[in-house]
Amino acid sequence: MNEFSSAIGAALSMIVTFDAAIVEIVLLSLRVSLSAVAIASVVALPLGALIALQHFPGRRAVVILLNALMGLPPVVVGLMVYLLLSRAGPLGPMGLLFTPTAMVIAQSIIVLPIIAALSRQTIADLHEEYDEHLRSLGCTPIQSVATLLWDGRFRLLTAIMAGFGRAIAEVGAVIIVGGNIQHATRVMTTTIALETSKGNLALALGLGLILVTLALGVNATALVISDAARQRYG
Amino acid sequence: MTIRTDMATGSSGFGRLLLAFALGAVMIAGAVNGESRSITIASTTSTQNSGLLEWLLPQFTAQTGIGVQVVAVGTGQAIRIATNGDADLLLVHHEASEREFVAAGLGIARHPVMHNDFVLVGPGSDPAGIRGMNDVTSALRRIGSGEHVFLSRGDDSGTHKKELELWQSSGFDPRPASGGWYRESGSGMGATLNTASAMDGYALTDRASWVSFGNKGDLEILVEGDTRLHNPYAAIVVNPERHPHIHANEAQAFVDWLTSRKGQAAIAAYRVAGQQLFFPDAVPQAGAADGH
Repeated sequence: MNEFSSAIGAALSMIVTFDAAIVEIVLLSLRVSLSAVAIASVVALPLGALIALQHFPGRRAVVILLNALMGLPPVVVGLMVYLLLSRAGPLGPMGLLFTPTAMVIAQSIIVLPIIAALSRQTIADLHEEYDEHLRSLGCTPIQSVATLLWDGRFRLLTAIMAGFGRAIAEVGAVIIVGGNIQHATRVMTTTIALETSKGNLALALGLGLILVTLALGVNATALVISDAARQRYG
Repeated sequence: MTIRTDMATGSSGFGRLLLAFALGAVMIAGAVNGESRSITIASTTSTQNSGLLEWLLPQFTAQTGIGVQVVAVGTGQAIRIATNGDADLLLVHHEASEREFVAAGLGIARHPVMHNDFVLVGPGSDPAGIRGMNDVTSALRRIGSGEHVFLSRGDDSGTHKKELELWQSSGFDPRPASGGWYRESGSGMGATLNTASAMDGYALTDRASWVSFGNKGDLEILVEGDTRLHNPYAAIVVNPERHPHIHANEAQAFVDWLTSRKGQAAIAAYRVAGQQLFFPDAVPQAGAADGH
């Protein structure tokens, strides 16, 4: 119990004093995870929509695969990206290991299936409503995808925010490909892991509270926006 | 309130969100790996968790303008990182592995930097009765034969290798008891100490990690001072002939600084809770004390 009260105290004092080290770490966390979600979304949203609209052989298998990949263990993704980016690996000459870029790459891979699978479901639902309309207009598949993505944009925010939630909370991948380097690749989750390993449990839990608050804020935003969107589109 | 305005502006709210994402991506792209005069060190958790590197690195950077990034992992993993050319310099603590690394041509030379010692910690109640023993191997034998909980790193780190060597010279093989009283945490020193603290178990730890560890609980130092508990740290620049992208000059500058009068004095000056954690080992004028 004592740990919990000192954790809350630690979290509050870090927030109130606007602790510079914490601000740097929070900003890097947001930058890495938002970038990963942005990059993944560019690929995952059209991909999800295409799978929802197009009928092709093996479609069910693709859907199952996509759903299964939502459970991709971050530590495995981290290891794959590590081996790719290591100087001894195929992409080694780019010198990206232990940089924020490596962390963005790993998190993009982790959240891509989540955003694709959830947006596929969203677009499939929307398509049922729009099917006739799109048909009567004689839309090409590309036009249909674009229309559905645009009209479903508020609902798709939920998929995007689910991806963000996963990205901001994961530690397994970023600690492997980022290396938890101070002032370079140290993010919230790796800081929590580090402070735990130093035995500073209250401080670690305090950082955890800040992370949870961040995630809460982002998810609340997503929920509010999607609710508002539902009201508008009924 | 904000929702209403978002809804009022409709699609542009979404556009702004996309813009924010795009900006995030651009910021990331700009943050990548800009400096050339910067080196990456693969080191062990003890040098980081104790705060030593945080104390030394700003002094080095201020004097030379060379930035230093630290990846703190177990010695085994640090050596693998350096073997792949993903770090410019090793700062680790397992002499046999270090010599092997240099002998294989992966590193240029081994430079002794500093030392401290390992200690055997355990619950204050000390069920194995090893408190105050001078012979660490008989202490281990006593823990083993009494089947008292012992937490092993189990992660191929310098401390783990040391622990296995001590068990070997004790003549007691704990491996059959793995999962029983002999528990391999497979994680860092701190995580292992956290587990030992929660399980009232014994553990081998370097003194720097121990002193700076914040969750000791009932654990205390029970055995120390055996000469076999010596814990030397050495620095090795990764061989640029193997990996041309290595910043060998900058890495060598760091080694030179660490082993200089200034660097050695800085190491000796570092204190946690009033206690000196690392003791200088380099002889300044002699330059590289390479051991072949």
